Order: sequence, then structure tokens, then C-alpha cells
Amino acid sequence: MADFNRGNRPLSPHLQVYRPQITSVTSIFTRITGNALIVAAILIVWWFLAAAKGPEAFARADWVLTSWIGDLVMTLSVWALWYHTLAGIRHVIWDAGRGLELKTAERLGLAVIGGSALLTLLTIIVV
Amino acid sequence: MRYITARKRALGLGSAKTGTEHHWFMIVSGIALVGLVLAFVLIFGRALGSSHEEVVATFSRPFPAIVALLTIWVGMAHFRKGAQTAIEDYSRGITQKALLILTICVSYSVMAAGLYAVLRIAI
Repeated sequence: MADFNRGNRPLSPHLQVYRPQITSVTSIFTRITGNALIVAAILIVWWFLAAAKGPEAFARADWVLTSWIGDLVMTLSVWALWYHTLAGIRHVIWDAGRGLELKTAERLGLAVIGGSALLTLLTIIVV
Repeated sequence: MRYITARKRALGLGSAKTGTEHHWFMIVSGIALVGLVLAFVLIFGRALGSSHEEVVATFSRPFPAIVALLTIWVGMAHFRKGAQTAIEDYSRGITQKALLILTICVSYSVMAAGLYAVLRIAI
């Protein structure tokens, strides 16, 4: 009867019982942005496939990617990409055992938010 | 003192036995992607919106083609394992299995399609 209560044990408190903090919210957004980037990945691969196929297929894919909705998806994806990149670098810093003091961790969170906004603007200007 | 690194000591432990390997893969691919994504955004951003001939010409050159190939390859491998972690955190049982199978199939399909397309243009 060792497995009597398996899977029906009380759970430890999770996200819903904590007040949102800069550290937790920026961490959750790392996951959201990472998963959301699949949309841009599929669109870009479709664009490459169309370019490989020929001018007519390319015109169709290019039209979608450069339409206002394509622009919106690409701009949001660029932000998601920079956010995920900066937040990922933050995780690597934490994995090295550095920057874990509360003040530093919170500052790193703000740096991720500010940095991703700045890099997105830069990308729009440069590209 | 043991003459062994911290990672080597953790390899193969835990209930799944592959957690350390998984984590290490995410760090390596993640750091590789920092450089790749930077180059890819510049190359792809410039190419997007130009004509078909210009796009074909761009990705016929070695550097843009190799950057695109590596970004698609490493990026989708990184996505496949990252999404796996999220699925394993939030779902259980048959739903979890179905989502994992779907994610892995989508990841490799997008990867294969992307690699094929870029190679087709480049060669």
C-alpha cells in the first residue's frame, strides 16, 4: 500500500499565492516569450521555403510578412527575442552563482525590461 | 577533495537521469544563439522587404546562408527542449505525452523545412 495516496497529496503553494514581484514576473515572461517565438519561426521558415520555390510563392509569403499584421507580429517577435535573450543571459549569470542578492536580482530584472525595449527600438531603426 | 567537476558529478542523477544534460544543453545552445540571433536579425531584417532576386542573392553567399542554417538548427533544438520543460511543469498524463509528441514533431518539421529551404537557395 505504499502507493495509496500517490498523486493526491497536498501541493505546495504556487504562483497564485504570491504577490507579483519583478523577479518572478520577468522570469515568467522568459518562458512566455520563448514559446511565443515559434510563431515567428514558422513564418520565417515559410518565407524561406517560398523563396526557395520561386518568385510567385515568394511574393505571397513576402506580402503576408510585410503587411501590417506581419509587421506587428515581427515587431513583437523582435521584442520577445531580445527579452528572451537578455533574460537567458541573466539565467546563465545566476547559474554561475552570481547576482543572486535580492537588490542585484531586482536590478537585473529591470535591466532585462529596459534593455529589451532599447534593443527593439534599435532594431527597428537599424533594420 | 574529489578530482571531478561539479557537472560530471551531477550527470545521470535525478528521476529522469537526463536533467543535467538537458540543462547544460540549454546553456550551450542559449549562449550560441546570442551571437547567431544578433547576426540573423541583421541579415534577415535587411533581406525582408527586398525583391526575390535580392533575397536569393543574399542567401547564396556563404556567411548569410551559414548563419541562417545554424540559427534555424540550434534555435529549433533549443525550442524543442525549452518547450519540453514548460510542458512537463504544467501538464500531466496523456495530455503531457500528446503535447510533448506534438512539440517534438513541430520542432523537427520546422527545422527540416528551414534547413532544406536555405540549402535550396544557397546551392
